[in-house]
Amino acid sequence: MKKSIQELEAIRNKTIDHINLRSGKGGYRVVVGMATCGIAAGARPVMMRLMEEVQKNSLVDVTIAQTGCIGACRLEPIIEVYSPDGSKVTYIKMDEEKAIKVVADHLINGKIVNEYTATTIDGKVVDPEMQ
Amino acid sequence: MRELSLHINDIVQNSIDADATIIKIFVKEDIEKDNLVIKVEDNGKGIPKEKLDVITDPFETSRTTRRVGLGLSLLEAATQRCEGSLIIKSIRNVKTEVVATFRYNHIDRAPLGNMIDTILSIILSLKENSDLIYEHHYNNKMFTFDTREIKSIIGNQVSINQIEIMNWIKEYIEEGFSNLMEV
Ligand SMILES: Nc1ncnc2c1ncn2[C@@H]1O[C@H](COP(=O)(O)OP(=O)(O)OP(=O)(O)O)[C@@H](O)[C@H]1O
Ligand SMILES: [Mg+2]
Repeated sequence: MKKSIQELEAIRNKTIDHINLRSGKGGYRVVVGMATCGIAAGARPVMMRLMEEVQKNSLVDVTIAQTGCIGACRLEPIIEVYSPDGSKVTYIKMDEEKAIKVVADHLINGKIVNEYTATTIDGKVVDPEMQ
Repeated sequence: MRELSLHINDIVQNSIDADATIIKIFVKEDIEKDNLVIKVEDNGKGIPKEKLDVITDPFETSRTTRRVGLGLSLLEAATQRCEGSLIIKSIRNVKTEVVATFRYNHIDRAPLGNMIDTILSIILSLKENSDLIYEHHYNNKMFTFDTREIKSIIGNQVSINQIEIMNWIKEYIEEGFSNLMEV
C-alpha cells in the first residue's frame, strides 16, 4: 500500500493544529437523512458531494453526519444545516447540484438558499406544493 | 435500489438505529463458484424472536414516522430475483446477522456498485464510540478496513469524521479496492 500510516499521523497533527486555531468558534453541522427512503432517493451521492465540496473549499470546521427518517419520505433527500447558534434550516429534494450551492451559499457565505428550503408547520416538514 | 451497495447502506442503518457499537460488513465475491455473499453483523439490541419470522414483511417496522419498513423486504426481493436468499439471525443484545446470498452471474443480479461511498458514508453515519469493520473477499484476494485501527493512530484529539481524516481514508480505500480487483 502506498497510503502510509506516517501520512495519516502527519494529517492528524496538522488537524490538531487547525482545531487549536479555530478553538471556540464551532462550525456548521450538516445532517443527511439516511433511512431507506432517503437512500433510495439519492441521499448517499448528496452526502458524498457535500464531503467533497467541504474538502475542496477547506471548510475545516464543518461536520457531516446522518439522521434517520425525518418523516417526509416524498421530499427526500433531505438535509438539515445546524448553525453554531443551534438554529436549523431544512433543505428538501436535494441532489448533487443543489448540494454544491448549499455549500457555496450557506456554509461559506452564510446565506440560506431559500428555493430549496422546506416549509415547516409545528416543527413538521411539509410539502410546499401541498399547501 | 440500483446497487447492492445501497442496500448495504440501508441494512447498516438498521444496525446504527439498534445502537450497535460494532458493525461488521463482510462481502465475498466468488466468481468461480457463482456466489456472492453479503453479511452485515452487529452487536446492537437485536430482534425479538416473534418479530424475526415476519421481519421481511414491509408492514413490520418499529418506525413511528411511517407505517412501513422497507429495507429488509427490498433486500430480500433483490436476492430472490437471482436465486439467492436472505437469512436473518439474532441473539438479543449480543449479535444480529443479516446474510444475503446471490447467484453471482445471474442476469437479474444488481451490481455491487460503489462500495467506497458505502464505507465512507457509513463512517460519517456512525455514532460516537461505534466502529466499522469491513472485509471484502474477491476470489482469493482480500481487503480489510477497521475504524478501530484508524482511531488508534489518530488518537482522541481528532475525530475520525474530520474532513482531512476522511480524505485520507477515501484514498486508502480506493487503493485497497484497486489492489483487490486488479488481475
Ligand atoms: N440490525 C437490527 N437490529 C435490531 N433490529 C433490527 C435490525 N434490522 C432490522 N431491525 C428491525 O426490523 C424492522 C424492519 O427493518 P427494515 O429495514 O425492513 O425497515 P425499517 O428500518 O423499519 O424502515 P426503513 O428501512 O424503510 O427505513 C426495523 O424497524 C427494526 O425494528
Ligand atoms: Mg431499515
